[in-house]
Amino acid sequence: MIQLQICQGTTCYVMGAAQLASLAAQLPEDLRAHVQVAGSRCLGLCRDGAFGGAPYVRIDGEVLAAATPDAVIAALRARIQGHGMPSPSRGYHETQQ
Amino acid sequence: MKLSNESDRVKREVLVRVARALFAGTPETLDRIPLQMRPKGQPFSRCCVYRDRAALRYRIMAALGFREEDETDELKPLAAYAAEVPARSRNPEPFISILAEGCSACLESQTTVTNLCRSCLARPCAVNCPKQAVHVKNGRAEIDRSKCVNCGVCAKACSFHAIVQVPLACADACPADAVGKTADGRVAIDHAACVRCGRCQAACPFGAIMTCSQMADVILKLKSGRNVIALPAPALAGIFPNDPRKINGALRKLGFAAVYEVAAGADETARREARELRERLASGEGFMTTSCCSAWVETVRRRLPELARHLSRTPSPMRLAAEMARADHPDAVLVFIGPCAAKRTEAALGGGPDHVLTAEELGAMLVAADIDVDACDPAPAVRAGSREGLRFAVSGGVASAVAKELPAETPLKPYVINGLSPKMIKLLATFAKTGKAPGPLVEVMCCEGGCAGGPCSFEDPARAAARISAL
Repeated sequence: MIQLQICQGTTCYVMGAAQLASLAAQLPEDLRAHVQVAGSRCLGLCRDGAFGGAPYVRIDGEVLAAATPDAVIAALRARIQGHGMPSPSRGYHETQQ
Repeated sequence: MKLSNESDRVKREVLVRVARALFAGTPETLDRIPLQMRPKGQPFSRCCVYRDRAALRYRIMAALGFREEDETDELKPLAAYAAEVPARSRNPEPFISILAEGCSACLESQTTVTNLCRSCLARPCAVNCPKQAVHVKNGRAEIDRSKCVNCGVCAKACSFHAIVQVPLACADACPADAVGKTADGRVAIDHAACVRCGRCQAACPFGAIMTCSQMADVILKLKSGRNVIALPAPALAGIFPNDPRKINGALRKLGFAAVYEVAAGADETARREARELRERLASGEGFMTTSCCSAWVETVRRRLPELARHLSRTPSPMRLAAEMARADHPDAVLVFIGPCAAKRTEAALGGGPDHVLTAEELGAMLVAADIDVDACDPAPAVRAGSREGLRFAVSGGVASAVAKELPAETPLKPYVINGLSPKMIKLLATFAKTGKAPGPLVEVMCCEGGCAGGPCSFEDPARAAARISAL
């Protein structure tokens, strides 16, 4: 069973963890049986000005920064397939105007 | 969900960085923020790193409470703007500011035929169009712009999904038809028609509509040692995932000297509004509408003046909570905090709080000050509201609070308008014309779901509303 901890500390919540709060219900069928989702108190990862990486989640103890539902699901899949953790998927969208 | 969005993240990061510089007393670092957020050689969002930085400079101006439109010198340091904050006695009104560099000049909201059109035999697009605006020419459906009313019937009828309705996010979000375009296609707001709801700024995918924050005024007053009192709105209890008493604790930790819950003002509003309703009905009036929603009051003032005589004269919960705090502390600085944009305009009219902070701005201040709400000690409010007062933040909550204040022998069947739109404004206009409404009390909330769905929040509106209902 993979343990997914979603930080619910104020920094993570303000910077976007609110959208992760219903992740347990959004998980694809194939992942649901393998993942245990739990909210967590502040994991302390945002200290010393590291708010830019919030929201944070922990997957079996490993930290994923700038977590979005898609990034978390991708990381869970990678873990199940034994590829370890991918780098955060959040990139700046290079939308040309 | 609207929350998952890079534009909101940029806005919040700017607020956090500005709050941090002001808390630290280092306004000279403000000019470095655009460089820190978009360093040389790193990825950028728009055409180049320089345009990103220019846009960030204007976001910082807005975070400090200055409108881009009022800029006279492009080289004026941001630190110089920050230095003007303590002396100003008024914040900009209208508080909406356009980030011209950010506006993408999106197409007008329209229904368009794409290349997927196969020029089929059935032609449900043309057959079902109520305006005969669709014709097939040169092997493809074409829409006559002069006839099309953008109803979307053709798009729904097409078997190939070959017709799409392209929205214009800012204008479509506006309940008051106040968002238009300049000659070069960029967004322009008719401030005389604008009801201050703030939906356009939340809707724009480019973050090109900004609001002038009062956060800098509040931080500098907190730091100056003045007696600053927080008036948290009922909606905050739903927006933060924490025990509301811990939110009070976090406010105290930020430096607010005391907390007066706006829900306590809401309880008083419900009592007075129930009395007012009975008097009005006894004198033969057909109906009365609520007046707690500032964007609704602005809608009446600007779009429905004929409805003004039906608008409740009872002061809003914000104003009554401010009066309670003012009575105890005549010299204090009073700060309302909620997810609403329009409360700034209500506060600017006077008699209420000195400043208005949004939930997003409070969140940014907590991040900047490294305060975790859950780790704060629960703190009592000097004046706390009842459960009914807290439910003012959820659609239907005001009407049910008023109903509870009425004597048992006069049951109230209110009519609830959950979210303003051009269609709803038309409906309300008919109430004014006929002097009749479907219920004696018409509750109007500009934001869908009520204040819990306010535009300056970081929480899913449905979850915020559920949290309040569960209290």
